[in-house]
Amino acid sequence: MVQEVIWNILRFVVVVALQVFVLNELRLGGFINPWLYLYFILMLPIHIPGWLLLMVAFLTGFTIDVFSNTIGMHTLATVFLAFCRPGVLNFIAPREGYEFGLKPTISHLGIGWFLAYAGSLVFLHHTLLFFVEAFKLSEFFYTLFRVILSGIATMILLVLAQYLTYRKKGDTL
Amino acid sequence: MRNIVVFIWRYYFFFLFLILESFSIALLVDNNEYHESGFYSNLGEQTARVQYAYDQFFEYFRLKSVNEHLAYENSALKTRAKSSFFQYKKGDQFTINDTVFRQQYIYIPAKTINNSTGKRNNFITLNRGQLHGIKADMAVINDEGIVGIVKDVSPNFCSVISFLNKKSSISAKIQSTDYFGSCVWEGGNPKMAILKDIPSHAEIHNGDTIVSSSYSKLFPEGVKMGIIESFDLKPGSNFYDIKVSLSTNFQRLNYVYVVVNLMKDEQENLETVSQQEEDN
Repeated sequence: MVQEVIWNILRFVVVVALQVFVLNELRLGGFINPWLYLYFILMLPIHIPGWLLLMVAFLTGFTIDVFSNTIGMHTLATVFLAFCRPGVLNFIAPREGYEFGLKPTISHLGIGWFLAYAGSLVFLHHTLLFFVEAFKLSEFFYTLFRVILSGIATMILLVLAQYLTYRKKGDTL
Repeated sequence: MRNIVVFIWRYYFFFLFLILESFSIALLVDNNEYHESGFYSNLGEQTARVQYAYDQFFEYFRLKSVNEHLAYENSALKTRAKSSFFQYKKGDQFTINDTVFRQQYIYIPAKTINNSTGKRNNFITLNRGQLHGIKADMAVINDEGIVGIVKDVSPNFCSVISFLNKKSSISAKIQSTDYFGSCVWEGGNPKMAILKDIPSHAEIHNGDTIVSSSYSKLFPEGVKMGIIESFDLKPGSNFYDIKVSLSTNFQRLNYVYVVVNLMKDEQENLETVSQQEEDN
């Protein structure tokens, strides 16, 4: 339990630092920006209490906001992602439900499950984020284009992160 | 009463979600007020410090191109210095005299320590603040062209609304013909902007230079903005759609100048007085 908390704090620090100092500096094609920090929210334990999930998401979003000069935007989108997470988890649950101690990773639940889980949440998050940022329906298709391209970039990084941190025991960091 | 408590307890996840979301919406909407409050400006100062340290680390990698830029600019300035002009007849020359030339613009050099170009609304952080005389609404330029306008200021840093922002609209003119319009950025490519409101009877060519106009209270007249890449006149429209290729390379901004307009207050006061008389 304590170990789990420490791992999560470490993951928070690493993922936020990567996001703020490396990925925010990348300008792929001018407007593709992968949001790897979602990895932290996605990797929280499946049975985390609801209030803790929301509070942690709020803090994460706020931290990213402070560093990217976008007060409120990431907070809004990340809390929304956290709100949708239990619903999505239920919707794609395996027939026998989630065993206690199971982690939302590729090694525990398979690549198909992970793509459905991360894909739907990333899409919801990016849609809210980019539309709040543009705040104009006249740029609808342009914004949608950005959502899709950035979503794909984020997904590639999430899956990469899973395989890069794979350990022999079948655990991922 | 008890039922309400039970109800809220049962759906607490949803209510907590609503509370947190309304809090973030409040943050988003009141962005400006939060910038001014002590808590936030202190937080801004601290994050700017982290970004400053980070930027210092990478500064060495850019020294070469920065030096080239500075040398280029130095040569341009030297060409304009008094000593580079040939004197035809002694005593027949304009001297810089306080009664003839009054200083209107002062340039404060600053360094970019945080910048983005990929978002719809981009901001830049500079390592100059109140202590160096920076105030809100000052123009920011570099040797290539316009950069943006100062928005918030903390003691040591300031945050600049990049030209690559939905809020930016800068009065611009075509250098050769003096027709003026407003220049805006419509997202996407950080090298392209749109020049609006140039009437259809104006004669324009690809490659014409666009500079800031004298109608801009913040920017000095004649700061380079870009060149015309292509233009188009829709049938029935009175105005051209002009695509401008920006002269400033926002993707590798480094040293910039904050422009202080010493006569801005005078001009604004005069205009407010006239406006008030008009309203009465």
